[in-house]
Amino acid sequence: MTIVRPYGDTTGDGMVQLSFTLPVAHSKVAEGAAVQLANKMGMDPALVVHSKAMGPDFTFFVVYGRVNHLIDTSQVEVVERDYPLLTPKEVNAAIKRGLRRRLVVVGGCIGTDAHTVGIDAIMNIKGFAGEKGLEYYRELKVVNLGAQVSVPQLVDRARAEKADAVLVSQVVTQRDAHLLNTREMSAAFREAYPEDRRPLLIVGGPRFDETMAGELGVDRVFTRGTTPGEVASFLVHRLAPAEVAA
Amino acid sequence: MARGKLDLDPVTVRKARSLARKAGKPIVDLARQHTTVSVERATLRMAGLEGADGDGIPWANRLLDVVRADVGLEHGIALPVWDALVRHEAEDLATLAQKAGAGSVTFRLPEGRDAMRARAAARKQVGAGIKRIDSRRRERERLIRKHGDAPRTPWIYLIVATGDIMEDIPQAQQAAREGADVIAVIRSTGQSLLDYVPEGATREGFAGTYATQENFRLMRAALDESSAELGRYVRLTNYASGLCMPEIATLAGLERLDMMLNDSMYGILFRDINPVRTFVDQRFSRQVHARAGIIINTGEDNYLTTADAVEAAHTVTTSQLLNEYFAKEAGLEDWQLGLGHAFEIDPDLPNSFRLELAHALLARELFPNAPLKWMPPTRHMTGDVFRGNLLDGFFNLVGSLTGQGILLVGMMTEAVVTPWLSDRDIALQNVRYVLDATGDLHEDFRPAPDGFIATRAKQVLAETVDLLDAIVDDGLLNAIADGTFGLMRRPADAGRGLDGVARKSSAYYNPASELLEEAP
Repeated sequence: MTIVRPYGDTTGDGMVQLSFTLPVAHSKVAEGAAVQLANKMGMDPALVVHSKAMGPDFTFFVVYGRVNHLIDTSQVEVVERDYPLLTPKEVNAAIKRGLRRRLVVVGGCIGTDAHTVGIDAIMNIKGFAGEKGLEYYRELKVVNLGAQVSVPQLVDRARAEKADAVLVSQVVTQRDAHLLNTREMSAAFREAYPEDRRPLLIVGGPRFDETMAGELGVDRVFTRGTTPGEVASFLVHRLAPAEVAA
Repeated sequence: MARGKLDLDPVTVRKARSLARKAGKPIVDLARQHTTVSVERATLRMAGLEGADGDGIPWANRLLDVVRADVGLEHGIALPVWDALVRHEAEDLATLAQKAGAGSVTFRLPEGRDAMRARAAARKQVGAGIKRIDSRRRERERLIRKHGDAPRTPWIYLIVATGDIMEDIPQAQQAAREGADVIAVIRSTGQSLLDYVPEGATREGFAGTYATQENFRLMRAALDESSAELGRYVRLTNYASGLCMPEIATLAGLERLDMMLNDSMYGILFRDINPVRTFVDQRFSRQVHARAGIIINTGEDNYLTTADAVEAAHTVTTSQLLNEYFAKEAGLEDWQLGLGHAFEIDPDLPNSFRLELAHALLARELFPNAPLKWMPPTRHMTGDVFRGNLLDGFFNLVGSLTGQGILLVGMMTEAVVTPWLSDRDIALQNVRYVLDATGDLHEDFRPAPDGFIATRAKQVLAETVDLLDAIVDDGLLNAIADGTFGLMRRPADAGRGLDGVARKSSAYYNPASELLEEAP
C-alpha cells in the first residue's frame, strides 16, 4: 500500500504528538490558543496533555491529536545525493584500498576573506554539527592554510604537498568577491597543471549555488549546512572509488 | 582501612603528580624564556591602553607593531614604551599609540639611568592596572557576601549563544531566574585565530559573540542586576583561549568575570596554534586568573569528542594532572581548578554507566579540593531527543554521585538546534529532579572494594602513570607532536602564531610578569 497516515496504536488512527512554546503566560487562554494552533495545523481533535509555565511570559505544551492527511509514498520526491555518505571508518578504508597512501587535502580562505569559520568547520578536528572535521580522518593528510591565502600561495602549496584535492571557503560576498575569487583560483590551477593531473577543486560557502560548479570551473560546490562527512565522502567518491570488479 | 572511596594507592598518586611535574617543568622553563605579542599587548592593556583605530585595530596592536619594528619584541614592550613617555614623546599611553600609529615616534631600547626611569614608570602604571584587578576581586567577594552564593553544588552552568550581546543579556537573565548559577557566553568561532581582541559590543556574531571588554562589561552588569534580584551571586564565564588569551584574561580580570575556559593545550590540539606560543600565553593568562580570583575551566572533555572515551580515559587524567601542575605553578589554588571531564562513553557499550562512574570518581578522588567541571554527552547525542533526555539524566546522576563542582547542563537537542527556551527548561527540570531526588546520595555511595568501578579507576590511573612516564622520557612537546592527546599531531615548530613569539633578551623587562610573580 502506498497510501499512509500516522500510526499511534491502530492502523489508520492518524495520531501524532507535538510540542511547542507560546509566548503567552500560562492560563486557560494559553491552553485554548495551543488547541487552536494544533487545529490549524490539521490536528483534530487535539488534546493538550501537558502545559507548563516557563517563567512569567511563556508556556510549554505537549499536544496529542489526530490528523486526517494522507500521504502517497509513490508521489514522494527526494533529491538523492549522487554519492554514498560514508562513515570516517569507511572513508579511511576506501582510501587505503583505493590509493594505498594518504589522500592529501589542502584548504584555505582565498582573497581578503578572513572568515575561517567554514573551512575550520570542515577541516579542523573540532568539526561541525557533532561531526569531526577532516583532520580526524586517519587516511587524510590535511593542510589548512587558514585565512587570506593568495591564489599563487595556494597553488604553490598544493604542488608542494602533491594535493589530491583543494578546498576553498568563501564567506564574504561583497561585490561577488566569492565568485571572482573562485574563478581566479580555478583558472590558476588549470594554468599550473595539465588537466589530468589537476587536483580536485572544491569550493564552499553559505552564498554559493550548488549548480554553479561548471560555470566557476570547479568540481563541486558545497553550500550552507555541509558537514565534514559529506565532503570526505565526496573526496572518496571522486578520488578513491571502490574497485569495479571487487 | 580504605583510603577514600576507591582505595587508591597514595604512592601511585604521588608518583603520577611527580611525573606531571617532571613533564611540565621544561615547558615552564620554555615559557619563562619567551614572550609573545599577546603577553606584551596584555601588559599595555593592564596599563590602561584601550580602544581601536578607525579600522577596528586595537591601539595595543598598533603600538606593539611599531615598537616591534623599531627595537624588536625580545626586550619586551615596557622599556621602549615608557622610555618614550619619560622622554615626553606623548603625554599619555593612548596619545603615544596614536602618534606611533601615525609614524611620528621612534622607539629605542633605553640603557643605564634611562632604563631605570622607564622601568619605574612602567611598573607604576601597570601596577595601577593590577590594583584594579585586585579591587574587582574584592568586589566579587563583597557581592557574594551581600547576595549569597549558589545554593548548592554542583553549580548549574548554562550557555547563551545568540551572537548578539543584546539578545544574550535577557536570555542570560532568564536562565539565571530558572536556576543557573553560572552563565557562559559562547564566543564567536572565528576568534581563536584572530591576533587581536575586537572592540565594542557584538550585535551580529558567527555562532557567538566576541570576547570584548565591552561585551564583558555589559553582561557582568546585567548579571549583577540578576544577582540582586535573585539573592545569589550569578557567575559569568567566557573563553581565555586562542591567540589572545593573555589579553582576554586581563580584560576578564578588569571586568570581574568569574570563570574562564583556559586549557594548557586546547589551542594547540584543536586550533593548531603553535605549542610554544600557547604555553607562553597560557602561563601569563593563568597568572592573571590566579590574581583575579577567577576559576579556570580546563578542556579535557574535548579529547573525548575526538578519541574514544574508554580507550582515551587515561589521557584525560594525564591532562588533568598536567593542567593542575601548570595551574599551581602559575599561582592558582585548588578552589580555582575547574578540571574538565565528560560523559562521552558510547551508551551502547555494556556497563557504560559504571565506566562513567569510575572515571568521574577517579577525578574526584585525585583532586579532592578542585571544583571539577562535569561536561554532558555530545558525541552520542543523535537527534533522538527522548533518548538524549535519558542520557542527560544519567549524566546528572553521575554528577551527583561523584560530587562534581560545576555541572554544564546537557541539552536533549544537542546536535539538533541551538537550545530553545523549552529545551533549557526541560534540561533544568532534569537536573533539578536528579539533584533533589538523590540529595546527598554520594555519602552512601561506596563502590565495592576491588569491584568493577574501583578496578577500572585503578586501571586508568595505572595507564596514566605509564603515559606520564613516556611523556617524561620523550618530552611533552614531542608527545604533543606525536598525537598523544585527542589524536592530534602538533609539532613545536608549526602552527599559527609562531611569528608572534620571541626569546627574551638579557634586557627583557615586563612589569606585569614581575608583579604577578610577586605575592599579592
